[in-house]
Amino acid sequence: MEIMFGLLSKWPLVRQIRERKDGTGLESMSDKTRAMHARIDDAKVARSICPYCGVGCGQLVYHKDGKLISIEGDPESPISQGNLCPKGAASYQLLTHSQRETKIKYRAPRAKQWTEISMDRAMDMVADRLWESRKRTFVRQENGATINHTTAICHLGGATLDNEENYLIKKLFTAGLGMVCVSNQARI
Amino acid sequence: MPGLGTSFGRGGATTAQQDLANADCILIEGSSMAEAHPVGFRWVMKAKERGATIIHVDPRFSRTSALANIWVPIRAGSDITFLGGIIHHIIENELFFRDYVVHYTNASCILRDEYGDPEDNAGGYFSGWNENRRTYEMESWKYKGEGLSYPERDLTLQNPQCVFQKLKRHFARYTPEMVEKVCGIPPALFHKVADALVRASGPDKTAAICYAVGWTQHSKGVQIIRTASILQLLLGNIGRPGGGILALRGHASIQGSTDIPTLYDILPGYLAMPRAGDEETLQKYLAGHTPKTGLWSNTPAYFISLLKAYYGKHATAENDFGYNWLPKLTADHSFFEYLYEMADGKMEGMFLIGQNSAVGAPNTRMQRRSLAKLKWFVIRDMVETEPARFWRDSAEIERGELKTDEIETEIFFFPAAGHAEKEGAFTNTQRLLQWREKAVEPPGDSRSDAWFIHQLALRLIAKARTSDDPIDEPLRALNWWYPEDELGEPKMEAVLAEINGWKTEPQSNIEGVLFGRDREGQPHHGPQVADYNELKADGSTASGAWIYSGVFNRDGVNKANARQPKDYLGHGWGFSWPSDRRIIYNRASAKPNGEPWSERKKLVWWESEKWTGIDVPDFKTSKPPDYRPRGDENGLDGQRGDAPFILHEDGLGWMYVPKGLQDGPFPTHYEPLESPVRNSLYSRDTNPAVNWFTRNENRFAPPGDPRFPYVLTTYRLTEHHTGGGMSRFLSHLSELQPEMFVEMSPELAAKLKIDNSDYVCIVSFRGAIEARALVSRRIRPMNLNGKTVHQVAVPFHFGAAGPLRGNAANNLVAISGEPNVTIMESKALVCNIIPGRLPHGPAFLDWLERNAPQAGQPPNLHPEQPPVGAPSGGKFSRSHGKEAKTG
Repeated sequence: MEIMFGLLSKWPLVRQIRERKDGTGLESMSDKTRAMHARIDDAKVARSICPYCGVGCGQLVYHKDGKLISIEGDPESPISQGNLCPKGAASYQLLTHSQRETKIKYRAPRAKQWTEISMDRAMDMVADRLWESRKRTFVRQENGATINHTTAICHLGGATLDNEENYLIKKLFTAGLGMVCVSNQARI
Repeated sequence: MPGLGTSFGRGGATTAQQDLANADCILIEGSSMAEAHPVGFRWVMKAKERGATIIHVDPRFSRTSALANIWVPIRAGSDITFLGGIIHHIIENELFFRDYVVHYTNASCILRDEYGDPEDNAGGYFSGWNENRRTYEMESWKYKGEGLSYPERDLTLQNPQCVFQKLKRHFARYTPEMVEKVCGIPPALFHKVADALVRASGPDKTAAICYAVGWTQHSKGVQIIRTASILQLLLGNIGRPGGGILALRGHASIQGSTDIPTLYDILPGYLAMPRAGDEETLQKYLAGHTPKTGLWSNTPAYFISLLKAYYGKHATAENDFGYNWLPKLTADHSFFEYLYEMADGKMEGMFLIGQNSAVGAPNTRMQRRSLAKLKWFVIRDMVETEPARFWRDSAEIERGELKTDEIETEIFFFPAAGHAEKEGAFTNTQRLLQWREKAVEPPGDSRSDAWFIHQLALRLIAKARTSDDPIDEPLRALNWWYPEDELGEPKMEAVLAEINGWKTEPQSNIEGVLFGRDREGQPHHGPQVADYNELKADGSTASGAWIYSGVFNRDGVNKANARQPKDYLGHGWGFSWPSDRRIIYNRASAKPNGEPWSERKKLVWWESEKWTGIDVPDFKTSKPPDYRPRGDENGLDGQRGDAPFILHEDGLGWMYVPKGLQDGPFPTHYEPLESPVRNSLYSRDTNPAVNWFTRNENRFAPPGDPRFPYVLTTYRLTEHHTGGGMSRFLSHLSELQPEMFVEMSPELAAKLKIDNSDYVCIVSFRGAIEARALVSRRIRPMNLNGKTVHQVAVPFHFGAAGPLRGNAANNLVAISGEPNVTIMESKALVCNIIPGRLPHGPAFLDWLERNAPQAGQPPNLHPEQPPVGAPSGGKFSRSHGKEAKTG
């Protein structure tokens, strides 16, 4: 009998009548609904910047236990004030969609397929290719002038890379290896 | 970049996006800001709410035009005539801001008698044109007398040899009638715009200009920006709140990619890469790059500090700080030049990092086919983009032009970390460095680009250490000291600390030293420098990028990660280079005597013996307004107290550019390389110094070619991004813009007998694509000098990879090189439109030859295009395409 009474008193209709409410508020919620909370409530937040255009909207990246939960605009940015355009608002999907590549792939000359190779092996092979090409094509002098460069290895890219990454690329490629064919779409 | 750089001193936007809200008038041209920079555009709307007039000049009526007060339909490629017309109108009617022009610009400077203007000859050449080398000899362009530091000036602007009078004469024929003839803009509309800009000028009004690649991607792109710069100097808008020029850059860190450049001809901080021959030694290099006055007079300090950052303790005074190890330039080594080397089989290996050249670069047929000639190819991206698949799935494979089992290229695909999976800074469109904190680890084998370069460097340096080949010296000397984390990532803040700069004498455990120990735990460097003024030329300082100095200084605070904005300009949020100045050249916001031009437009001013105000002064804080140099001082001491443009030797804004540009000190209207009409102003149609990259696969149609009657331009959609790798793989964005289309007017559709959404083929000499027709009043036919010219517009994001596919607009665009930065003309070309579907497979090649016949033709069909083997023009003029192969 008491159990019945307890159950009845939880029935939203009963609550509504007792509290004389209109049925649109908390009194109509089930316990499950009442217990719901925002995904980001107990998440950590990293402060980031949108990777799309040059406006540089602030983003709040919510994450928990090593997993991304949500990416939203940062209301404190003096530029974007919490707003994001459709691209920025899709940043979560940009990082989590199913077509994202997560394995290193290798295609041998004339092959019809990719194969997978390990990180160390891939890095070793790339270093070997670079080293050999450089040895073959490095020019120390031309027409009596010192040039210390190679024009047979090139680099293209950079507009969505970090400043620090571009710094390291130019330092290694140009100052270290003598590569002069370095370009990105800033002039494209 | 050089447009703003030569006009004012620095290659970057002069103001902040938020400051647009203070403008009384905003001109948006060469950009559809509401669509390409939507959140930034809110500031334009705030200006409009406060009563500003918003003007949008664009071939199509876009979402930006819908929110503007005035839309001006313009024929793609005619911006110099339109802006030149406004300049003419302002000068003729004496509507310029005289005090600003006289004191802050080089309008009063006297030129040499030998200077010759395009108005002096029918062809439209400046003095000094060398037809054999296809470049200008620029002696006659310099100021009268010696050097640029102390020019002779006529402050009345009356002297016939002064810049102002030459400017007036140069634009004398850019009348409203000429604007109508060339641009298709009726005089009434032209005057509406000119009046709005003039009304928003003077001591208590300002106007801003926003532009994007609609201005830069032209064969005279730099000169278009120069025309806007002259206009803003005439109206007195530079360095003032609500004024300036906002270059709207298209990628998260493209500004960063020019400041700390992965570009062939510059080093961090816009230092020049050294050239072979004349710059054989450090002394010769510095002699050629160190002006007497202005901020660049400290070039030795900036350059030697960079060499110390690169080569560390191995860079000493005895070995010229390692100058010999830096490679020297012998030619234009930029992308299109090396692409041709690749097409000829001379490029062994390529790194393609976060870039989709098979969709985003011009003449994509050539791009994809050239990749097949590489020995090895390393590509890093988050998804398998078109360049990663060229060998098994592309139009060329489908047509049999390339066969998978014949392609020798060895390919490595490395999955890349996304922006929330690595920390680092982006520099946005307003020169603002903003840090990103790392949230989560990258999935699987994905790693950041920093990880990749770091691991590659460690391997190469290890090889160099066991080699005794002298060519490996630079690798052995390279200062690769970076501590790393558990994943093998270099600590990015350590890199930022190097970029800021430090004293090189190793000291640890004292204040102001950040990341003081190297990978082996040894003391590596001393305290951070406070800003670029502390950099020295004696090897006692190092700095990876002098313009960023101050971002991570002795106080140990990473200012790129500062998140507490104190004012509307955002001080306290991020770090704006240089030295956190938000609106640069802001000395110009005060009168010559140091008081603000007006209360309403005050920004910085002279008070209590120093410059102070709402922004960090872009000026020596202790220099009084009435300071006058004797005439023999160096550096900033050689500049007057009323000369705001401190990068320039004379301290003035350059309406006329005496040095630094390949194609002229003043902007001149030339037609796009492919145009439906002849040049109405000069007998020469095209920019004389352009590099046509003559080659069989890259032909241009002659002017008015009836086989390609329509003007084509390209644009961005809000919902997609660049080559599509970051948008066409996402369902949320793909469902908003699901298909490739071509916008055309109802008149053109009627003429072609097609309905909205019908399939059509678009063809040029470079290739052909198919798209759905979007028939819309947003595009209008234009009346150019009695001839009706139709324009069409296409988005450029679609490609053959990913879940959402479409044909790439860049199949149609030619490779060409604007003379200063070698940028292509993707914003104005000609095409034909043929209703129906495009054939697939080998049938395509027959179809293409029928509709763009070129087999057996010479590679140069345009009368002004030089033949194969002629000098390419520009600063590294060299013979081109000698080995051009058919095909």
